[in-house]
Amino acid sequence: MRQLTLLILLCQLLYVSAAQARGERRELTVQDPYIEMHTGPGRGYPIFYVAERGESIVVLRRRTDWYQVQGPRGEEGWAESEQLERTLEIDGEEFEAQRSTLEDYAGRRWEAGVSYGDFGGANIISTFGAFNLSGNLSLELSLSQALGRYSDSTMTNLNLVHSMFPERRASPYFTLGTGAIHTEPKATLIATVDRTDSLAHAGFGVRTYLTRRFVFRAEYKTYVVFTSRDDNEEIREWKAGFSFFF
Amino acid sequence: MESRFLVLLLTLAFGVMSLTGCGRNRVIDETAANEPPVIEPEIDRRAIDPAKIDTEDFEVGIFMGQMSVEDFGVDNVYGGTLAYHITEGFFVELGVGQTQTGLTSFERLSGAAQLLTEDQREYTYYDLSLGYNIFPGESFIGKNRAMNTAVYLIGGVGSTTFAGDDRFTLNIGLGLRLMPLDWFAIHADVKDHLFDIDILGEDKTAHNLSAHLGITFFF
Repeated sequence: MRQLTLLILLCQLLYVSAAQARGERRELTVQDPYIEMHTGPGRGYPIFYVAERGESIVVLRRRTDWYQVQGPRGEEGWAESEQLERTLEIDGEEFEAQRSTLEDYAGRRWEAGVSYGDFGGANIISTFGAFNLSGNLSLELSLSQALGRYSDSTMTNLNLVHSMFPERRASPYFTLGTGAIHTEPKATLIATVDRTDSLAHAGFGVRTYLTRRFVFRAEYKTYVVFTSRDDNEEIREWKAGFSFFF
Repeated sequence: MESRFLVLLLTLAFGVMSLTGCGRNRVIDETAANEPPVIEPEIDRRAIDPAKIDTEDFEVGIFMGQMSVEDFGVDNVYGGTLAYHITEGFFVELGVGQTQTGLTSFERLSGAAQLLTEDQREYTYYDLSLGYNIFPGESFIGKNRAMNTAVYLIGGVGSTTFAGDDRFTLNIGLGLRLMPLDWFAIHADVKDHLFDIDILGEDKTAHNLSAHLGITFFF
C-alpha cells in the first residue's frame, strides 16, 4: 500500500513539474476519439484538421460558442464548445466551457435590452437596463423614443418589476413605475409647442429565456400622462424585444 | 525501520509538492491530511481561472460610403457600428450614421424656393438591427492564402432626423464580412432605409439606399 502511495506521489511530482514547465498556457488534452477543427467559428466553415485522443491543444480565444485552438503542430482552427467540454485540463479536471445556462439566468444580476412596439399609435423603440434586487424584484431604467404621425416623444422611465417565477424558463411579470415624457409636435404642424410632462405606468408581460445570455420579452403597459391641461392623457403601449443578462 | 524511512520520504515529498504549489491529486490530499506537514505551505495552490480565455463577441467599427436620399441627391455617408454576436449565426447591431443632403429638382428648377434650412438638410440616423450570417465561407487570394467570409442579412428599426423631424425608420440590408485576421474584419454592405415623409406635398415612403465600406475589430 505504501509503495503504491509513493509511486503515485512520484508520478504526481513528475507530472506537476512537467505541467509547470508549460507555464500559464491553457492546455487541454483531447478525450473524445477526435476533435474537429473548423477554419472559422461556425458549423458552415469546413473542417480542415482533426485532433485525436491524447493530443494536446491550446485554447487561444473564444467567439460565441466556438473556441479557437492550436493543435500540436501549430495548426489553428475553431472547435465547438460541446466538443471541448470533453477535454481535460492539465490538472485532470474536465474543461468547463463557459456556456450560460438557465441557472445563470436565474442568478443574473444585470440585464440590458431593446424592444420595439406600439405606443398609442406611434412606433416606439426602447432600450433598458435592469438591476436584479432579489430573485423576484428588479429595478429598471428605460429610455424610449416614440415616433408618431403628429408628434415625436422621448421618455425616461424608472420601474419596479416583479417576476412571478424567476427560476423558470418562462415567467409572467408585473411592472409599476414613473417617469417623464417630452413631446415635440411634427414640424409640419403649425402653432404647437413642445411640452414635458410626468407620467406613471403599470403593466404586465412575459419573459422567456432563449439561449446563452439571450432573453425574449413582451409586455403591455398603460401610461397616465399628467398634462397641464384639464384632463390627464392615457396611452396604451405594447412591445416586444430581446435582452441580455450578465 | 523501513516504515520510518517511508514516512520520512512521504513527508519530504509532500513538502516539495506544497512548495511547487501544484499538487492537485485527490489521492495524495487524503493521505497527507492524516499527517501534520513538517513545513507549513505558504504558497497558494495554483487555480486555473477560466476567465483567462479571451472572449471576443463584440465587434466595433467605422464605415464610409455613399447614400442616396430620395429627392435630395447623393452624398457621402459615414458612421459607426457596434455589434454583439449572440450565436454563430445571429448578431445584434447598433449603427449610427450621418450624411448631407442637397437640393431637390424642384428647388433647383424654381431657383429661389428653399424647402429646408441648412440644418434641416443634415441627415442623421440610428439603427437597432438583427443580423444573420447566411453564407459562411472562405475566399482565396492566390495559391496559399485564404480568409474567412460571411454573407449576412440585416434588418431592424431606428430613427432618422431629417427635414426638422425624427422619423421612424426601417432598415434592411445585405453585407459581406471579410476576415483577414481573427480579430479584424472588412465589411462591404448595401442598405435601404425606409421612412414616411410628406414634405413634398404628398405622403410617401422614401427609400434611401446606401452602400458602405467599413472596418471592424472584435473584442
